[in-house]
Amino acid sequence: MRTDHHLKDPHRERRIFNVRAVIAGLFVLVLAGCLVARLYYLQMLNHEHFQTLSDQNRMQLQSVAPTRGLIFDRNGVLLADNQPVFSVVIVPERAGNIDKALESVRQIIGLDDDHIDRFRKRLKQPRRPHQSIILKSKLTEEEIASIEVRRHELQGVEIEADLARYYPFGELTAHAIGYVGRINEKELGQLDPSNYSGTNYIGKLGVEHFYESALHGKVGYRTVETNARNRVLRVLSHQDPVPGANLTLHLDIELQGMIHELMGQRRGAVVAIEPETGGVLAMVSTPSFEPNQFVTGIDFKSYAALRDSLDLPLFNRALKGRYPPGSTIKPIVALGGLDSGVTTTHYAIWDPGWYQLRNDDRFYRDWKRTGHGRVDMRLAIAQSCDTYFYELALKMGVDNISRYLGYFGFGENRSLDIEEAREGILPTREWKRGFKGQAWYPGDSLNLGIGQGYMLATPLQLAASTAVLANRGVWRPAAMLMSASSPEFELPHIPESERNDVPIKSPAHWDFIFSTMEDVMHGAQGTARASAQGAKYRMAGKTGTAQVVGIKQGEKYNADLLQERHRDHALFVGFAPVEQPRIAVAVIVENGGGGSTSAAPVARAVFDFWLERIGLIEPEKPAEVIVGAQP
Amino acid sequence: MSRDFLRQMPGAESYLKRGDSWLIRLHLDPLLMVLILILCGFGLLVLYSASGQDMEYVEKQAVRIGVAFGVMFLFAQLDPVFYKRWSPWLYLLGVLALFGVMFFGVDAKGAQRWLQIPGLMRFQPSELMKLVMPMMVAWYLSNRYLPPGFKAIFVSLVIIFVPVVLILKQPDLGTSILIAASGIFVLLFSGISWRLIFGFFALVAAATPLLWMFVMREYQKQRVLTLLDPESDPLGAGWNIIQSKIAIGSGGDWGKGWMHGTQSQLDFLPEGHTDFIIAVLAEEFGFWGVMTLLVLYLMIIFRGLYIAAKAQDSYSRLLGGSLIITFFIYVFVNIGMVSGILPVVGVPLPLISYGGTSIVTLMAAFGVLMSIHTHRKMLTK
Repeated sequence: MRTDHHLKDPHRERRIFNVRAVIAGLFVLVLAGCLVARLYYLQMLNHEHFQTLSDQNRMQLQSVAPTRGLIFDRNGVLLADNQPVFSVVIVPERAGNIDKALESVRQIIGLDDDHIDRFRKRLKQPRRPHQSIILKSKLTEEEIASIEVRRHELQGVEIEADLARYYPFGELTAHAIGYVGRINEKELGQLDPSNYSGTNYIGKLGVEHFYESALHGKVGYRTVETNARNRVLRVLSHQDPVPGANLTLHLDIELQGMIHELMGQRRGAVVAIEPETGGVLAMVSTPSFEPNQFVTGIDFKSYAALRDSLDLPLFNRALKGRYPPGSTIKPIVALGGLDSGVTTTHYAIWDPGWYQLRNDDRFYRDWKRTGHGRVDMRLAIAQSCDTYFYELALKMGVDNISRYLGYFGFGENRSLDIEEAREGILPTREWKRGFKGQAWYPGDSLNLGIGQGYMLATPLQLAASTAVLANRGVWRPAAMLMSASSPEFELPHIPESERNDVPIKSPAHWDFIFSTMEDVMHGAQGTARASAQGAKYRMAGKTGTAQVVGIKQGEKYNADLLQERHRDHALFVGFAPVEQPRIAVAVIVENGGGGSTSAAPVARAVFDFWLERIGLIEPEKPAEVIVGAQP
Repeated sequence: MSRDFLRQMPGAESYLKRGDSWLIRLHLDPLLMVLILILCGFGLLVLYSASGQDMEYVEKQAVRIGVAFGVMFLFAQLDPVFYKRWSPWLYLLGVLALFGVMFFGVDAKGAQRWLQIPGLMRFQPSELMKLVMPMMVAWYLSNRYLPPGFKAIFVSLVIIFVPVVLILKQPDLGTSILIAASGIFVLLFSGISWRLIFGFFALVAAATPLLWMFVMREYQKQRVLTLLDPESDPLGAGWNIIQSKIAIGSGGDWGKGWMHGTQSQLDFLPEGHTDFIIAVLAEEFGFWGVMTLLVLYLMIIFRGLYIAAKAQDSYSRLLGGSLIITFFIYVFVNIGMVSGILPVVGVPLPLISYGGTSIVTLMAAFGVLMSIHTHRKMLTK
């Protein structure tokens, strides 16, 4: 270009540069000013905002789960304990590649497909962010050590120590106090999220479920400083959790264990209640199951075995088993007959072995084909004469019978803290119209009079009604809980005004019914006299037999089994001692045949054991109890 | 008076200061030297904290600083005339090396930036270019009539364009922009007309949308987008910026104290000892700590500008001016990106960030500046 041929002018070049250098200096100052302004904005004007963010980064509020309250029996024997359990867990957010993490853990401690399946199932369920998912529970010391050693390669895999429920008596208490298990999806939606933020287990059944809020306690918090990898460096502040209340039950584990052993391999249920308090002294349902395997999670195979077992070990017969009460309700029907003035104690009939309604060809048979001959009320109860009660039922009518049975708690759950108890069926005219769409026939009353037909009752209801009877009508609702350690905790109770005692006008009627039931045990013709032999005290009772209807058509059982399972259920209710009842009991032995042969001996053993235990009778060499003997 | 006479002679007055004379004879500028030493010392202090009190890092870095000072000393001994003579050949070598990278380069972190010299060492031709680019443009322009005409400007732009495109291909957006800037600064110092300068900026402004659409890679766009809205990707690309802003902001006026920065000590701040070290400093020493650092930088920069202004020939002036302003740009871009007003381009904080290559290049540049200042011809005319 033209200019290139000009001579260079060093002074002009220097001048130009100096001007440009000054401009460059100003340029530097302006840009530096921008930085200063930015830093001033961040560090001076918005310092508090960023200070907060910085604190949120490093400080985390962690919840500390409260220790679950313990459960004791009436003598302070520990029934539900907390024990440390170590589990290997994965935090998906930190693990990144979950398949890789699973594979590494599998190589170290060995996992079943079952573990991995269950893990994947839990992974899909909604959960709190950064919440760990359990992979394998109840690690052995060796497994813990081998994971710890290789921890650096296991991103997101951690060992979690946790207190888990432990039931020292295992299957002995499974049905009586229930069990806890891991919180599931459905429960998660219903729980108070803050109070349960650190909790993994929740009561699933029984006492554990009913008293969940008392047993759980209140969550605590701690503020911890963590680094970017979420490792806790120190605790900045903390608020301790409030441990759950310790509960003491009416249950006596010795009695429970003794009954459990007595029942042995038989299917059935026994409920024993202290009439004075309504406290449940024993609640046995056999066969039972090992509750500890449910706490940390039962594997599919074991669960399927329990679920599909013909003996229904998971089924709590004491609360949910609905049986026709059979002859066990006869004393109550008789009491109703007397109180309503329909009959008298001396009224007698001739029993030919059957009963027939007018204008009806059908024979209503007595259990004794040849008949009892002349029968009054005393003998009718002692001998469990059906014909007598057919006639009484017809005279009383369904309304009266149902009313009196209702006084004794049939057809509803009148227990205090046993929510799983079923209501059974107390048939009335309305009930039959509603459920069967039919009118009530006189024949229905006949069946109801001997506890057959539509009526269904649970062993708990039978025991509770017997306790009310022993109390001469004073209602003490069946209760599991005796006391709690926390002063804030209020025991559930039913106000006096709503107690609904049984309104029997004449005390003499109680005396009479007691004496007829005493005759069942001690009378020369009592059905259960064999079971009362040699007793040092007087007891009252009533045997019963329930016809089996439960076998479904088309189920494939082997013939012998079918035969056995078609046999009648044996029932017995009773209390002792008669003068001042201390224990009321209901026994059901499924397919046990007659009540007198397989159910009454169990009750006798319970009476002996308990009265001895409370010091009412001298301990001596145990009476010869024939258990399960066939007639 | 003889003093007055002497003062008239450009660059002669320093000979009057006796105490400095031995440093001058070693071709070192005492003021620049002291400022750089203070800065490096400050840097090591912050590095010790930023590395999680790891003495190994500090020792390694101290060794690098030592080596860098050696390089600076070496570069200071060479006469500016020597640099001027060798500029075109160095430029040619640099461009060839960049081509070499293109064909034989070594991959590192998804980019080809290194050249392996068999049996010798790995080196980064783009680092060489940081020095050579202003040298070449200064060489070219200083041989022309100044202010440069259109042809000279055009040739200069071609000189700048070739290596910049090669570096952009590696890909290394940050370095290519900085190297382009170092060449352009020479042009600006050479006195090209303001109309051209503003026209150029207008052109850049117009070209930006086109660049965005056709030239920029996805990851580069992402960086800009993340800058504009870091919260859009708080756990990914935005994490660094969010955390560094928190670190800086939570530092407040006087900071949380040395080794007490929670963001850096608890590892919330990534790259705390390299590119994001200013955030550690800001968190632990607060606003006034950063101000101290900035003042140190500004003193170095104004000393550099002074040296350039006092240089005896156009080549030295243009080279010195470009080197020192480029140095400032490094400072500005780094602090700007860490504090969230510029995109994250991966520029270390000069003389403070942990890392070898950049500190050696920087100190070589200071060596050149010192050479300019101390190789004075007593009587040029």
